[in-house]
Formats: sequence, structure tokens, C-alpha cells
Amino acid sequence: MPEYQNIFTQVQVQGIPEMGMDNENEMHRERVGKPGFSTLMGLIGNAQLGPVYLGVYGVVSCVAFMVWFNIVGFSMLAQVGWSIPEFIRQLFWLGLEPPGPEWGLRIPPLNQGGAWVIAGMFFAIGCGAWFLRTYSLAKEHKMGKHLAWAFLALLWLIFVLNLIRPILMGSWAEGVPYGIFPHLDWTTAFSIRYGNLYYNPFHALSIVFLYGSVLLFAMHGGTILAVTRYGGDRELEQIYDRGTATERAALFWRWTMGFNATMEGIHRWAWWFAVLCPITGGIGILLTGTVVDNWFIWAQEHNFAPMYDGSYGYENYGSYEAFIGKEN
Amino acid sequence: MLPKWFDKWNADHPTNVFGPAILVGVVGGAIFAAAMVVTWGNPVATSSLQTGPRGTGMSVPEFNIALAVPDPTIASYYTEEPYIPEAGAPLAGDIYQNVQVLGDLTEDNFNRLMGAITQWVSPEGGCAYCHGDGDVETYGEDTLYTKVVARRMIQMTQNINENWAGHVNANKEVGVNCYSCHRGQNVPSDIWFKITPVNERVDGWSAVQNRATSLSQATSLPSGALEAYLTDYEPVNVHDLESRVAGTPGVDVASIQKTEMTYSLMNYFANSLGVNCVFCHNSRAFYDGGQNTPQWGTALLGRQMVIEMNTEYLVPLEDEYPPERLGPIYADAPKAACKTCHKGYQQPLQGLNVIADWPELATSEAPVYQ
Repeated sequence: MPEYQNIFTQVQVQGIPEMGMDNENEMHRERVGKPGFSTLMGLIGNAQLGPVYLGVYGVVSCVAFMVWFNIVGFSMLAQVGWSIPEFIRQLFWLGLEPPGPEWGLRIPPLNQGGAWVIAGMFFAIGCGAWFLRTYSLAKEHKMGKHLAWAFLALLWLIFVLNLIRPILMGSWAEGVPYGIFPHLDWTTAFSIRYGNLYYNPFHALSIVFLYGSVLLFAMHGGTILAVTRYGGDRELEQIYDRGTATERAALFWRWTMGFNATMEGIHRWAWWFAVLCPITGGIGILLTGTVVDNWFIWAQEHNFAPMYDGSYGYENYGSYEAFIGKEN
Repeated sequence: MLPKWFDKWNADHPTNVFGPAILVGVVGGAIFAAAMVVTWGNPVATSSLQTGPRGTGMSVPEFNIALAVPDPTIASYYTEEPYIPEAGAPLAGDIYQNVQVLGDLTEDNFNRLMGAITQWVSPEGGCAYCHGDGDVETYGEDTLYTKVVARRMIQMTQNINENWAGHVNANKEVGVNCYSCHRGQNVPSDIWFKITPVNERVDGWSAVQNRATSLSQATSLPSGALEAYLTDYEPVNVHDLESRVAGTPGVDVASIQKTEMTYSLMNYFANSLGVNCVFCHNSRAFYDGGQNTPQWGTALLGRQMVIEMNTEYLVPLEDEYPPERLGPIYADAPKAACKTCHKGYQQPLQGLNVIADWPELATSEAPVYQ
């Protein structure tokens, strides 16, 4: 098998841990964890694990997420009468539900959705602190804030789902429950309740960007790996000093589909596709129930849900008797 | 761990075993798989029943191996042609004591039906299951609960055949008799009892869902759907019929929670009949009757029929039953739903006409024999 055909990373560096630089704000002090090395992790990334920069926002988000996680987990455990075996058995079915619709925007007792409100509050704090953490770390590293804004795009969707939209609808009951199957039930029920979300154009856009992101990721990853033998994996150098790797990659796509991204531009494609997925999705969710209550009828009014002419021809379909082989 | 001679032999004879092993494994696996497919056939071949216009994807798929085997309970169905009564023949009501139903039957037909009910409901317990161990003279007594319940069930069967033909004879004459649900068992399978709340220490909507139960069909959807929709006429529909509607969820318009309750019922419908959503609905617009299939109307009637069965026949019998026949949690009466009769088939007993020989059960009036 040729040397360059590999599934995993071929170069691992293990030795004295790389501690990174300190800066004028003495970020060094807030780095925790003794660094170590993992050959296994080295196969899929950097072999060095840690240290981690904790910082104020890191502590706040860790605590908040932990509180959220424990409220959800112990609510589920309480629902099965504190039985660990039953908790494990029903884990994917259990959930922490939002308040019932009879409560509107009031805070009900803990066992009727109050715990969901409190858990959601901690989840929001955790998300907010995590955003500030990505922003401040980027700032300390004197990086652009692209990752922070991208995370903010996700927060937009999260906050629309469980804060902004429930408030606009006047009912916490519209929020998403915490739980594996319960949140999937919510997703289906949400689509069905509002007349089929597939006819929501923003939902459609969100799907475009979701699948588009996957496609772009595969195209970019494949392209770079394919020209790695010519130094194409050194993308930054290739951006300002285009070599044969870039030339070949560009020619491949231009000859394949008439257009190619550039070594720099492909990353802007990827970033925009990724952030537009939750941004458009959030818009679609926000409009549902507030502005549009039945997307299928809305789509008919806007002429993009076709109607049949009414001649369904039921009498020409095969009979049940024929289906089960009782007659010809 | 291994003997020294083994390690030494291996060290002296270095051999790459992985190449040949992978080759043998892959080729051998492929041959094995091919042999299995050739000898046993494709295990997942399916057929589809079209339910909607072409291009909509509306069809009910089923495995061919499942279609090849008829409902096994059809073979053990007992039936017997009626005796055409002669004019002036004595009637059961005149001959026997305490005949509150079926009194219009001639003696022959009465005993023919009694014998059939034994085959359908208590093939092992025989006549004694309802009439006790006494002599025939004591058969008029109502000492056993089974007899009281059976009498009411005969009335229920007659009512279904007489007033709910839109459901039970929707495609052709099929009807129902005792065997439709009992299938040779004292207590029909797939009856249900009230089990909500299913979660401890919570209240409201949190308490009735998110558990894998028999009534949630092992989903995390609400477990109270049969109780909510099959003992009560509460509407199941959740959709707004205009693109924009004012109102607060759960107050003026349906909530997500109500939608999940309906979804739970619909999932039960589908599982009970061995079908999917598009058997009745065009799933792009579940609410739109104009796009629904004809069987949607049949199902709609079926729901009304089951509500009547539960509220007027089955639930009021609660006081008649001994404790072991009542529900495990609330000691409530056993109730019926789609699967009690359908047993996973589109048509119970795959469309077998079970009133052809039993005009006595098709009407609450005096039967007409032909």
C-alpha cells in the first residue's frame, strides 16, 4: 500500500508538552491540567492532550452546564422512582418536559415544568458564558472572532427555540423538552402541528445549508488530502504562494464543473454555509406559529405546493385481497 | 502464557498470516452470503399496496414472507351453516329459562350458536365456562359473571353489525362475531387498561409521557391516548385550517402536547393494522380530507364505534368482573381498541366474512335466514 494512502494522521509528535505562550494578561495562570500524550488521539489529531484554559467564563459555563445536566438527569431519575436499572433501561425515553400549555408564561411547580424553566435558564447561562469564552480567547490570541460569531449563530437557534418563540407564543409549552426521544417527538409534533414544516421556505434553506455544509466539507477535505503529496495540506502557505498543489486542485474543479473556489475562499464558503444553517433555521422556527400557522396552506397560497386535479383513481389500485394473495 | 515451543516455532517461521486470513475471510464470507441468498432466497423482498396517486409515494409495503402466510387464526375459525327454520318451530325463548337475548332463534339455531360461541371463546372450558358445572336445567341462572358479560357482548356484537356497517362492512360483507376479538381465548388479546400517570413525582403533561409502555407502543409519546380518544369524543385534529390564525396554544388552538397525544393515537392505529401513515393520509397535509384516502373515512367511523363500545358496553361491565379481570393499576374494566380486533392486519381475519353463517349476530331483531 503506497505510503500516502492513509485513513489516519501519519505524523505524531510526542515529547516535552507544548505549553504555549503566555501573554500580557498572564493567561498562563488559568491553564489547568497536566498535559499528557495519547497515541490513539494522535491518529485523529494532535497527540497532546491539555492543558485547558479555564478562565472565568470557562468556570461559569462549566458550572451552568453541570447544573443543567444534573437537573435534567435527576428529574429523569425521580420519574422512575430513583431506580437506577429503570433509569438505564428507559434513558432514551425519559425527558424533562416544559410546562403544560395551561401555565402560559407563568412558572409552574417544579414537577410540572418548573424544573425545565430553571434548567433552561442555566443552559442559557452556560451557552452565553461559552460564547464569551470563545470570544475572549480569540481576542487574547489576537485572532479574528469568526468562531465566536459562528457559535452565536447556533445560540440564535437555541434561544429562538426555547426563549424567544415561547415568549412570542405566550406559552412555555411550545419549548423543546430535554431528552433523547422526547425532543425528537417534539420535532415531529412541531412539524405536524404547524401544517408540515417542509413547506417552510426557511426550513428548506436550513436544509440546503446543512447538506451543503456536508458536501463542501467532503469536497474540501477530499481536495486537500488529494494534493497533500504536493504540499497542499499547507493551506496557508498555498494561499499567498500558490504552488502546484493549488494549481492541480483548482484545475480539477474548474475542469470538472467550470468553477473553483480558491485556497482562501473555500474557507469562507464553509463558514457561511455552516452559520447560515442555524440562522435560516432559527428564522423558520421563529415564524412558525407566530406568523404562519399552517405552512402547507401558506405554501398553497404562495403557489409552491401543487394540488392534484382530484382524479385519484382509487378504484384502479390493487385490492387488499390481491395484496395478500387471496385472489388474482 | 503460550508454551515456549510454540513461541519459538513462530519466531523461527515468520509468516504474514493477515494477508491470507483477510482474503479467506472476505471470499469465504461472500460465498457464504451468496449461498444463503441462493438457498434461502432474498429474506427482505417486499410488495407494496398502492394507497395514493402515483408520485406521492403513498403505499403500504409488506414483506413477502409475511404476505405468504395467512393469519393463523383463520384456520381455527369454527363456523356452521344455519338451519332454515320451519314455520311454527318453537323458539329458544319459549323453551329455555331466562333467555334475554337470542330468544327469537329456533332451538336448533340457538344450540348451534351456543356451540359456536364455545368454540370461539372457551374451547377448553366448554359450556361450563359461562353456565357452570350444573345440569342443563341450571343453564338459565346468571350465577357466573362470564354469562352476564357474554350476554352483553352478544348485544354489542349485534349493535356493531347492525349500526356500524360503515366500518365493519366498509369494503364488503365481513361483520364481526365473538371470534373477531376472542380468537379462541377467554379474554381477547390486545385489550387495554388505564395506566397513566406513568412517571413518578411529576404532574400534568410530564406525568403521562416519556416512558416505553404498551399503551405508548414503546415510544416516548403519551401513554394516555387511547383513554383520551377512545373513551371520549374529544376531537383528535390539531391543525389550523388557515395559514394564519390568532390564538394561544392550549387555549384557543392546539398545543404541541395535544399534537403528541394525537400522534400517539395515530401511531397506535397504524401499528394495530400493520400499515403506515399514508394508508389513510397524504402525509404532506395530514389534516386535509380532500387528500385523504377512502380508508380514512372507515377509520374515522371505527374510532366512533370503539368509543361507543367502550362507553356503553365494556366500561359499564366493570362491576361484573372478578378482580383478576380488572386493570392492574386502577382495577378498571378491560377496554377495546383497534388492535383487539385487527390484530395487526388491515382487515380482521384478513377480510373473512364472519357473519355469513351467523345472521343471528348480524341483527338485534329476529334473524332472517335465506
